[in-house]
Amino acid sequence: MSGITPSQTVGPYFGIMVRGRSECRQVSDATAGTRIVIEGQLLAGDGNVIPDALVETWQADARGRYRHPEDSLASGADPTFNGYGWAHTQGDGGFRFETIKPGRVAAPDGGTQAPHIIVSVMARGILTRFITRIYFDDEPANAEDPILARVPEDRRHTLLARRSGDGRYLFNLVMQGAGETVFFDV
Amino acid sequence: MDRPLATAPSRYRRVPPGTHPPEDPAYRSTVLRHPLQPLVEIPQTLSEITGPSYPYDAIGPISDDLTRQHAGTPLGERIIVEGRVLDDRGQPVPRTLVEIWQANACGRYAHEVDTHDAPLDPNFTGTGRTITDEEGRYRFVTIKPGHYPWGNHYNAWRPAHIHFSVLGPGVLTRLVTQMYFPGDPLFPLDPIFNSVRDPAVRERMVSSFDIGLTVPDWALGFRWDIVLRGREATPMLP
Repeated sequence: MSGITPSQTVGPYFGIMVRGRSECRQVSDATAGTRIVIEGQLLAGDGNVIPDALVETWQADARGRYRHPEDSLASGADPTFNGYGWAHTQGDGGFRFETIKPGRVAAPDGGTQAPHIIVSVMARGILTRFITRIYFDDEPANAEDPILARVPEDRRHTLLARRSGDGRYLFNLVMQGAGETVFFDV
Repeated sequence: MDRPLATAPSRYRRVPPGTHPPEDPAYRSTVLRHPLQPLVEIPQTLSEITGPSYPYDAIGPISDDLTRQHAGTPLGERIIVEGRVLDDRGQPVPRTLVEIWQANACGRYAHEVDTHDAPLDPNFTGTGRTITDEEGRYRFVTIKPGHYPWGNHYNAWRPAHIHFSVLGPGVLTRLVTQMYFPGDPLFPLDPIFNSVRDPAVRERMVSSFDIGLTVPDWALGFRWDIVLRGREATPMLP
């Protein structure tokens, strides 16, 4: 066994790397599914915004399929949908993802998970990437989701994107303190 | 649901404690940015075992020679940085995205937030992108980055480093880290480097000088392998 390489902070200057990428586009006109916009802010323990973070997402397509070899249904995944989103938070700590509502995917227990999006947070002042999930507050399937069931009931709300308009959701990430977002050990 | 349950992928092995650094008051910016509540342990699902995986979507053009991105040649010491992306059993991680960013030879980033009083180099942006080959190999040609001061504490200077971002095959292999150069005198003084407490684990972030990789009359070679989480041998049980 070789030792896993330790994580280090992205530091304050990762923007030059992100700028070198193409624009992050997850959907095209041909993509199947309900268009949604998820907007939010990343907040530090003192309530101040975090304007130098890299927020990344990964999600299934509208039918709950991942375009990835480990998904046995990947051959039927929407080829026009990019499940990988990334955003460099702005001066107001804001991030925004234009995507589609993900479908339900299998759970390890043989059931299904409620629609969700995996989120990774990296920033100056964060040494190791933190993982969480976005669920949708208007989704009845949340009640039977096996991952949400693991989260203490009084903290589940931190994982729910709140519907703020037609196809629009608000989801803040709070790194610390009151309303601290639940992060996972996976 | 139309999802067959017959083919279950295998889980990723857990990361040994002490590998990834915790919050560290010596690195002051961590104090308000690391969660205070314990992480909630959850089982791995298809959502974490899959992940963004080049080359499904073009993230950007391949650009693995940082000395040839502009009309002129950047100033500084030309170097080659080469290595492999492996899992924790030494198996190569092929066709995965590796991105780097770094300061120029004077220790200045081409980023508006960097106000260090050192010159920018119009011929050096300091970002590169490549894909590992079938054996997990990557290779960049670049300029040795300079040391630079930062505001963490009085007379704080960072050891020379190159930032690395690696996707790997799934969400759980995502890694952002920094590659250091052997023998840097700033190692004992840097809270970011020392946030990894175990010296043997810390050493995994330090590249080695490699005369075999060095090209005569042209550039020194530094070798650095990146090791990601690997998979259990047996599939997940439903």
